[in-house]
Amino acid sequence: MIESPSSPLAPLAGAHVRAVHDAFHGDLLEVSMGPHHPSTHGVFRMMVTLDGETVVKLKPVFGYLHRNHEKLGENTTYLGSMPYTDRLDYFCSMTNNWAYALAVEKLAGQAVPDRAEYLRVILAELTRLLNHTCLAGFLLQDAGASGTPLMYAFREREKILDLFESLSGSRMMCNYQRFGGCRVDPTPAWFDAARRVTEEYPRFLDEYEALITGNEILMARTQGVGRLSAALAVSAGITGPMLRACGVDYDLRKAEPYGFYSRFEFRVPLGDHGDTYDRYMIRILEMRESVKILQQALRDIPAGPIFDSKAKIRAFRPKAGEAYGRIEGPKGEIGFYLISDGTGNPYRYRIRPPSFVNLTVLEDMCLGHTIADAVIILGSIDIVLGEVDR
Amino acid sequence: MLGSGIIQGLAVTAKNLVGSFHDPARFTTTQYPEERTKLPENYRNFPFLVADAANDPIGSLRCVACQICEKECPPQCIYIEKSKDKKPDAAGKQQFFPAVFDIDTSVCMSCQICVEVCPFDAIKMDQVFEIATPERFNALLLDRGQLAKPNTYYQQIHPTEAAEVDARLAADRKAGEEKAKAAAAAAAAKAAAAKAAPAAPASTAPSAPKSPAVPGTEAPKPPTTA
Repeated sequence: MIESPSSPLAPLAGAHVRAVHDAFHGDLLEVSMGPHHPSTHGVFRMMVTLDGETVVKLKPVFGYLHRNHEKLGENTTYLGSMPYTDRLDYFCSMTNNWAYALAVEKLAGQAVPDRAEYLRVILAELTRLLNHTCLAGFLLQDAGASGTPLMYAFREREKILDLFESLSGSRMMCNYQRFGGCRVDPTPAWFDAARRVTEEYPRFLDEYEALITGNEILMARTQGVGRLSAALAVSAGITGPMLRACGVDYDLRKAEPYGFYSRFEFRVPLGDHGDTYDRYMIRILEMRESVKILQQALRDIPAGPIFDSKAKIRAFRPKAGEAYGRIEGPKGEIGFYLISDGTGNPYRYRIRPPSFVNLTVLEDMCLGHTIADAVIILGSIDIVLGEVDR
Repeated sequence: MLGSGIIQGLAVTAKNLVGSFHDPARFTTTQYPEERTKLPENYRNFPFLVADAANDPIGSLRCVACQICEKECPPQCIYIEKSKDKKPDAAGKQQFFPAVFDIDTSVCMSCQICVEVCPFDAIKMDQVFEIATPERFNALLLDRGQLAKPNTYYQQIHPTEAAEVDARLAADRKAGEEKAKAAAAAAAAKAAAAKAAPAAPASTAPSAPKSPAVPGTEAPKPPTTA
């Protein structure tokens, strides 16, 4: 019997319940959950040790989607790695592109035109919207709300993907940012469509919240489940909505403003409890702030070039040195660390993947909860295996 | 009241269900393949090679087999063999051409870096996405015959981009023609001068080195007082 205050048996303090439990207690069951379990968000595997239905040990096993991303980055040109970054976290290709472009621009001392900076903010916030929308859908799917919330979320996500497709040519593998700007200049029609999506988004959020936020079943399944303390979150290097759900006020857009984020007015929502419900609500609130940023950016975007004319596409050789470019991605801090030795390929190419780092506290959050809760806790971390395994 | 959240949620579901019968915003699916959504102009899928003449695609490829795309392609799905001989391109200039140009579309990741690095506007992105095949080997390995598509096709799928490319190529061609004309005129003048030169060799040849061709390039005079 595990000693945990949040054990599902704790509220049922009656002696007969304990007696029944103790009668069946004894043998622990080890279950291999995944890598093809539908709730593990890809090819993730958890070696779960169960006492009855209660998780007493959880060992994450990953690497099934490992494809040598960092080594590939050292063997292709700087430009050649850009389409590969799309495939890290395939929900957030625009922010991955931006983090990588930022690192290379720091390395090469490359300036970016104003219009491109605004475009990057717009696309990053659209990415945040679509990522958090998907998360809300998947989390409900994991909680057992089969289909409906996920389909509503996907309906909205598709509108943003349509914007990405008409701009960059691809829904998810955008490959849009370049060192010194962006690739395609949006047409006025694109801006109209982006404004329309931005204007309509709060209505969707209201509808989605009416559908699910007040739902008693969701509350019962998520409140107090998978609690993460602020101290553990900070010491484990957790970033993004997961950290802010614990009440730690740390958002790179405020802490270390990159791009033009210091020009926009927005607030950083914080949670109190650090449980699964807070992690869900943080995402909903962040989406509302993203809509505010989008409105300001779409209103203020200046005319002008989107690509620095002095920047090089081909035969790009930054001087020897190192740089770390990081941004607040939808899942947390995504960073690229590059060392250049003056040749056309980076000497070292290292990624700081937010979902991989956030996954490290999975066991601490799951201990003492049932296996069905472990599924929701994993869903609330918001992992994408393309980024975890790289 | 316990359960009010669930009832509120069910009301949303009911609204969406009823709405899907009359509100297009709530009925968003397309019955593929009977119905199709229109692809955006920027949509990209796999590369193709632009040919200037529709009746002879392989013979009129813009590609000059410079192999830049082959070097830059991140997953290295392009294979090119340069020709041994040259043949005139659309502007009449003698150029190499690809004797072999293969793209393995099962490897290609549609990143369009080949398009960005091509200095000749010879490779562009296609929009054909239904290329699935039951064949296990080689069916997705496209050779230059399958890759060559006429410029009119490019104008049809990417109208805005193609108009820009056509204007740029026309300007380049015009500049090239003018340059060639100027060069021809200069050559003619030189030939005329060379013809005229033997008539008075004594007067022109010795006087040439004395006068500097460009003013200001003369070496500074050494100080006379030293």
